[in-house]
Amino acid sequence: MSDMPLLKVRSLSKFYGNRIGCHDVGFDLWPGEVLAIVGESGSGKTTLLNCLSTRLMPSTGDVQYRMRDGDYRDLYRMSEAERRVLMRTDWGFVHQNPADGLRMTVSAGANVGERLMAVGNRHYGRIRATASEWLSRVEIETDRIDDQPRAFSGGMRQRLQIARNLVTSPRLVFMDEPTGGLDVSVQARLLDLVRGLVSDLGLSAIVVTHDLAVARLLSHRMMVMKGGHVIEHGLTDRVLDDPREPYTQLLVSSILQV
Amino acid sequence: MSAPHTEPVTAPESAGEAELAAYNFAYLDEQTKRMIRRAILKAIAIPGYQVPFASREMPMPYGWGTGGVQVTAAIIGPEDVLKVIDQGADDTTNAVSIRAFFQKVAAVRATTHTADATIIQTRHRIPEHTLKEGQVLVYQVPIPEPLRFLEPRETETRKMHALEEYGLMHVKLYEDIARHGRIATTYAYPVKVHGRYVMDPSPTPKFDNPKMHRSEALQLFGAGREKRIYAVPPHTDVVSLDFEDHPFEVQQFDRPCALCGATHVYLDEVVLDDRGGRMFVCSDTDYCETRQAEGHVGEMLATSEREAAE
Repeated sequence: MSDMPLLKVRSLSKFYGNRIGCHDVGFDLWPGEVLAIVGESGSGKTTLLNCLSTRLMPSTGDVQYRMRDGDYRDLYRMSEAERRVLMRTDWGFVHQNPADGLRMTVSAGANVGERLMAVGNRHYGRIRATASEWLSRVEIETDRIDDQPRAFSGGMRQRLQIARNLVTSPRLVFMDEPTGGLDVSVQARLLDLVRGLVSDLGLSAIVVTHDLAVARLLSHRMMVMKGGHVIEHGLTDRVLDDPREPYTQLLVSSILQV
Repeated sequence: MSAPHTEPVTAPESAGEAELAAYNFAYLDEQTKRMIRRAILKAIAIPGYQVPFASREMPMPYGWGTGGVQVTAAIIGPEDVLKVIDQGADDTTNAVSIRAFFQKVAAVRATTHTADATIIQTRHRIPEHTLKEGQVLVYQVPIPEPLRFLEPRETETRKMHALEEYGLMHVKLYEDIARHGRIATTYAYPVKVHGRYVMDPSPTPKFDNPKMHRSEALQLFGAGREKRIYAVPPHTDVVSLDFEDHPFEVQQFDRPCALCGATHVYLDEVVLDDRGGRMFVCSDTDYCETRQAEGHVGEMLATSEREAAE
């Protein structure tokens, strides 16, 4: 790991009128690190994620991102053009519902190739070869390359969405409930895949989830949110094995044991 | 029936003049023309950029060329010579009615000869005869936004134009190759104008795309329903999008025109009977007739003339 954080978040708040979306959040994210944000519905996890990924403008606070050239840039002071370039090259965003992140009416190959074409790749053969390689990396048979995602199962769509995001080898991936809506065995395969890709590619990731098992499997560190505040923050194993806050204790003890 | 013989108040003495006086020259009022001309000037200044304008109701339905008619009405003068084509032909409904419209409201001279015209309003074709400096080609455009069927949000497509994010356009071409083995888009083939804006050349066949490249004529595009005007000034680069390993190419025809024997022109298929009989003729009727007058003979022209003589 490099000795400089990839992302520096300082006193980030988002208010919806008088209501709090998230309040005074601050942390550093290091290269190659996976951070999980957990909490119940309405605790501000997704608001925080949307602010970090510049899909939403925060009310106060700033986020510094370390660009490939080593300089820190304030995300909210960049021009929209720069932000959009960043979002489709250096970042990935995996939506809970794959239909939000995929183009459902174009083939799987074109879905994966879109980012390549967006950064100026103009050789059909090479785009297709890369798309096919990525499909096999996310365990989709390469003969499905010309099928539209609407012909895919939920798990395949989610894997396709991941391939589409990783094709430009981003350094930071945001995931919003990546396993939501999938059955348990498909979830397990997906988590396995994501864990493998994250360690192979040295990705940093911020994963929002309400499922503590997902956090346990994927993340190095976790933040527990409640009512828009971060109430506990630490190494995943520490937080899950030895929760300090009463709310975290409640959350951990409410996992069903089978 | 108190005053059956009274003339209408506004009518001048001559009935012929009365008909003309009912409209301003070229139908639109001067303020409207001014507004459209400003939009055209802006469009020429930013080649390929879609300029919004306050499109007016015209005495014809949307889809019949209301955009093209407004552009023509704004630029036409009494000295102009007008040619109107529809799919290359001067004698189809759309062309005939628009030509009649301008003869009525602007009293301009009309022609079918491409070389004689100063303004050519077109639907779906560029004439085969190369256009010269001083001529203006006015296109009727149904959907000006090339990204429309890829990205339905207009707010988003405008942003994509502004930030030059055209990767999506290639996604469409990629899909074509993946499905058909080649770029199967044959009309409304996207082009990049002056190295900046991606533009829909209206539903002309891609056969005509190379004619737009560095054309000496001014090309104006009017979309009435969508309220957009865009332009390609003379001598401007117009490059069709493609892939390095699947370059842009135009349609090829394996036979010459059946009436005038022309090759390397765009042909229409005409079904002759219900037993599979068909012929291929020039889509540009003026070009075909000129060639026939010059003595060029296609294989089916001879037959029909012999039959007529018998």
